[in-house]
Amino acid sequence: MEHIELFFKSIFIDNMVFATFLGMCSYLAVSKKVSTAVGLGAAVIFVLAITVPLNWLLDQYLLQPGALAWLGAEYADYDLSFLSFIMFIATIATMVQLVEIVVEKFSPSLYNSLGIFLPLIAVNCAILGGSLFMQSREIPTLGLATTYGIGSGIGWFLAILAIAAIREKIRYSNVPPALRGLGITFIITGLMAIGFMSFGGMLTGGDEEAPKEEKTASVNKHEGSKGNENVALSTAETSEEKVIANNIKVNE
Amino acid sequence: MGLLSKKDAALIKDPLADNNPITIQVLGICSALAITAELEAAIVMSISVLFVLGIGNVVISLMRNIIPSKIRIIVQLIVVAALVIIVDQVLKAFAYELSKTLSVFVGLIITNCIIMGRFEAFALANGPWRSFLDGIGNSLGYGVILIIVAFFRELLGAGTLLGFKVLGDPIEKTGAYKFGYENNGFMLLAPMALIVVGIIIWVQRSRNKALIED
Repeated sequence: MEHIELFFKSIFIDNMVFATFLGMCSYLAVSKKVSTAVGLGAAVIFVLAITVPLNWLLDQYLLQPGALAWLGAEYADYDLSFLSFIMFIATIATMVQLVEIVVEKFSPSLYNSLGIFLPLIAVNCAILGGSLFMQSREIPTLGLATTYGIGSGIGWFLAILAIAAIREKIRYSNVPPALRGLGITFIITGLMAIGFMSFGGMLTGGDEEAPKEEKTASVNKHEGSKGNENVALSTAETSEEKVIANNIKVNE
Repeated sequence: MGLLSKKDAALIKDPLADNNPITIQVLGICSALAITAELEAAIVMSISVLFVLGIGNVVISLMRNIIPSKIRIIVQLIVVAALVIIVDQVLKAFAYELSKTLSVFVGLIITNCIIMGRFEAFALANGPWRSFLDGIGNSLGYGVILIIVAFFRELLGAGTLLGFKVLGDPIEKTGAYKFGYENNGFMLLAPMALIVVGIIIWVQRSRNKALIED
């Protein structure tokens, strides 16, 4: 249950772009076309899903105060937490290189679609931010850290997909000249962030259980599936993306 | 400007307005938006970036001929990370409360695009003194925007500047509040940072038509 809760919390309530402004640089730079935005978004999900659990392990067994206790009693009072920035960024940079090499070797077609974005990702604040928030929010288990990584990746993906679709559409609108391009993108993002604030009541409002049951029930009705909750929720995810994709098609 | 030649002075002046890192080059937005709810945090953040970018640019510029180009990103990240750790430790030692407010955003200076952007675009191709000036200029340009945004957000959102109640006391109804003025708490929330930056860009580009995108 707490996996599902964290998953939705990291997608909607603590959305990387709209709640904490992480990864804004690439969000603004690569959102001119939907197809490139999808490529970068997929790469971010991929890298976050790998680096957050990896950095969780580093944090637990190397960096936290007393984390070196497994080496023996005399190491128990070491506190290496001041090294966490350098360890995290080194892990991320290495993992990005490694992922690039592996993907190039085993799936050239995926490499062609993701390839150019992978080096960009090493310096994307969303990736380092994922690891730093994982550390500062003290996520307790490796499984939850993975869920958090994937969830925040999907949140970032949704955000960049939405803004890219809007920017493709807005090219035909009559925007004041001085606002064209960057300015209007900022203001749209601000309005979208206001919209995302309304998700804030999703998990915190009232009884812990009630809103969630309502959500899964409606999803079940919608999909007509009687599978377990996990399946139902994952179909909800894809159907939502389909809706967005359909909208984009209609708009074009 | 007896100290600086005309070309060197331009390195500091340009990023302040016409080549501003935030509004024109679109670098370093993440931290610019997240920590601008209070003026004090914005000033400390600007000083931290000034320190990291000034020194980092010099270090990278000194090493520019010996860094193999294939691993230059990792070398740059390690240099920045080391400098940011110094900033983080100093803040934790001398301004603990403030370092709590800034939380992970001090760490995120590492991936601040301004830093990597200036390393790639300037420090790798220029000597240490010019790189130093470029670093100072760009971090000042970054700081100016940060401080403008934070000024408006804190003034309109909380009625204070640097924690001083410049508009009077909202509970005892003194100063401006006597005439029915209310704080706009919405200014303190995240979305308004985006909209304030959007408006700054609007104003800047209306004044200087050459900057308009088509």
